[in-house]
Amino acid sequence: MRTLEQTTQEVLDLATKHFQLPAGSLAPDDDFFKKLGIDSLQTLEMLSRLENHFGIELPDYEVQGVSDFKTLAERIQSRL
Amino acid sequence: MLDLSKHHSVGEALKDALDRFSGEVCLIEADREREKERLTYRDFRERAHPLAKALQDAGFSAGNRAGIIMTNQSKWLISAYAVFFAGGVLVPLDYKLTPDEQWQLLKHSGATVLITEYPIWRQLSVSAGRASVDVQTVLVTEAPPNAELAGAKRWEEFRSQGEAALAPRKRSDTACIVYSSGTGGRPKGCMMTHENYLEQCVALTSLYPFWPGVRYLSILPTNHAIDFMVGFFGPFTCGAAVVHLRTLRPEYVREAFLRYKITYVSLVPLVLKNLQKGLQARFDALPAGKRKLFDALVAINKKLTKSRPRLGISRTLLKQVHEAFGGELRAVIVGGAFTEPQTLQFFYDLGIPVANGYGLTEAGTAITVNDLKPFRADTVGKPLPGMEVRIVNAASDGVGEVAVRSKTVMAGYLNDPELTAETIVDGWLMTGDLGKFDGHGHLQLSGRKKNMIVTEEGKNIYPEDIESVFEGLPVKEFCVFAANYIWPMRSMTRERLVLALHLEQGQCYSDQLRREINERNQRLLNYKRIHGVVLLEEDFPRTASLKIKRNVLGERLGKLDSSTAILTL
Repeated sequence: MRTLEQTTQEVLDLATKHFQLPAGSLAPDDDFFKKLGIDSLQTLEMLSRLENHFGIELPDYEVQGVSDFKTLAERIQSRL
Repeated sequence: MLDLSKHHSVGEALKDALDRFSGEVCLIEADREREKERLTYRDFRERAHPLAKALQDAGFSAGNRAGIIMTNQSKWLISAYAVFFAGGVLVPLDYKLTPDEQWQLLKHSGATVLITEYPIWRQLSVSAGRASVDVQTVLVTEAPPNAELAGAKRWEEFRSQGEAALAPRKRSDTACIVYSSGTGGRPKGCMMTHENYLEQCVALTSLYPFWPGVRYLSILPTNHAIDFMVGFFGPFTCGAAVVHLRTLRPEYVREAFLRYKITYVSLVPLVLKNLQKGLQARFDALPAGKRKLFDALVAINKKLTKSRPRLGISRTLLKQVHEAFGGELRAVIVGGAFTEPQTLQFFYDLGIPVANGYGLTEAGTAITVNDLKPFRADTVGKPLPGMEVRIVNAASDGVGEVAVRSKTVMAGYLNDPELTAETIVDGWLMTGDLGKFDGHGHLQLSGRKKNMIVTEEGKNIYPEDIESVFEGLPVKEFCVFAANYIWPMRSMTRERLVLALHLEQGQCYSDQLRREINERNQRLLNYKRIHGVVLLEEDFPRTASLKIKRNVLGERLGKLDSSTAILTL
């Protein structure tokens, strides 16, 4: 079983890869709308990738109102 | 043709439809590749009537108001029907608003019942806004077994035995309070009457008919006037089916077209444009030979559909394109914002008609719609049957404010007689939008009265007109404003336009970008050119239907110091 820290790190690594950013450029408290400049549709695409990685299903409502990686990782953690 | 003349209310018309089409499918709900629910009109009635009875038993009666905050799903429509059946007034709210904004509107509406989903309630129940609102009954759908309900009741268990009785309403009674805007300052709660909906439904379905077997894909939020009409009331009164998706991820939306053989879908211009981009990229990737053949087929289709759509021919000629949409798509309904003629033409040339129209909540959804006889990409169509439209205070070029008189126009703004009197003058709804009629009776829009400039030469300029020149600019998003609208000056001279830009992540306002803006700016007539650029670092505020909230964005820009914020070109 992963710890929340591990999950958060994996979320950051995947987002870094997904958006082709230099390693280490994202932090848990980063607002992904601001930092990545993405819109809600792109967020949904990122979710699909996270789902495949963690082998879970994340309903759309889980990201409603979520804008930072840490909270997103918590939502994922609760479904692992 | 649909006849609703014998009905006095939305509830009565829906009840009649549930009886008449009882064996037909009315709702399909899918979550990813799983179909969660498929209801016939009979099933729908069996779920809704015990809910209506429970509401009545809880003291909810004719004229009482019930708020609904849900994503698009079957329980939205079942709940709405139960509220109408009990004689209530529905207050559909945008699920993407913040909890405080939602409470603010619930308070303004006077709702005593709230129907919502558990994930939304989780946030609403802990919001400070709750304290000031007197909602007595909260029903929550899909709450997990051990969930903390914070005073709410489970929607699934809120049922009463016995026969519910339809509460009679008059046509002039309010059916819904729909907020057209106003979470920032003055809430604009449009009081829509039963007559408004009954009349609009007949007018719209006369041009874009529904019948049993038709499947409408409901993507626009149902609280939006368009989806409420074409994704609920319209198809239900005609025995058609509505398809809901619990996820709006592009891959599942694409799949839904194929799996459910969608007949109609409503989209906002932004999504339509994304779709265009995606299709264009696929066409561009075709090998030279195939591309040539494809272009030839499009040219033939264009010729054959010049005077009217010919779906059979288009589906044969451009089979692969149509099959990607399920093969039975009859039209895409686009609304909520102005759509680029180029985008409309792109789809029409592929044999996919886009029902482009113009409307506003206050007018009861649509005022004009393109009747496709023939298709015109440069206008918003002709007035719907029963709709009187005139141009008020027209300038020498024929452009003036669009005014509407019809049985579909709202009764007024809730608790705001002053704003109502400003908006409905001598029975005419003043839209605040500017336009003119061409020689064929088509309405051409020019912009919005409230965000415009008048040049020193006396020319009226509308920011929406200017924006088309900047389409495709390599930035995240942009919006043109009258500087005077953002930073009001007590002067009618020296007005200027500015281009608000939100750059891509990591992008800087480079010389190259500035040059491109300049180059595009030069394409405009000199009096229409923008004066400068204002950079914003955050996403533009948008409504649930992805329309830019110009007033909110304008307020945000207004906080900047205009002397330093405007970068001259």
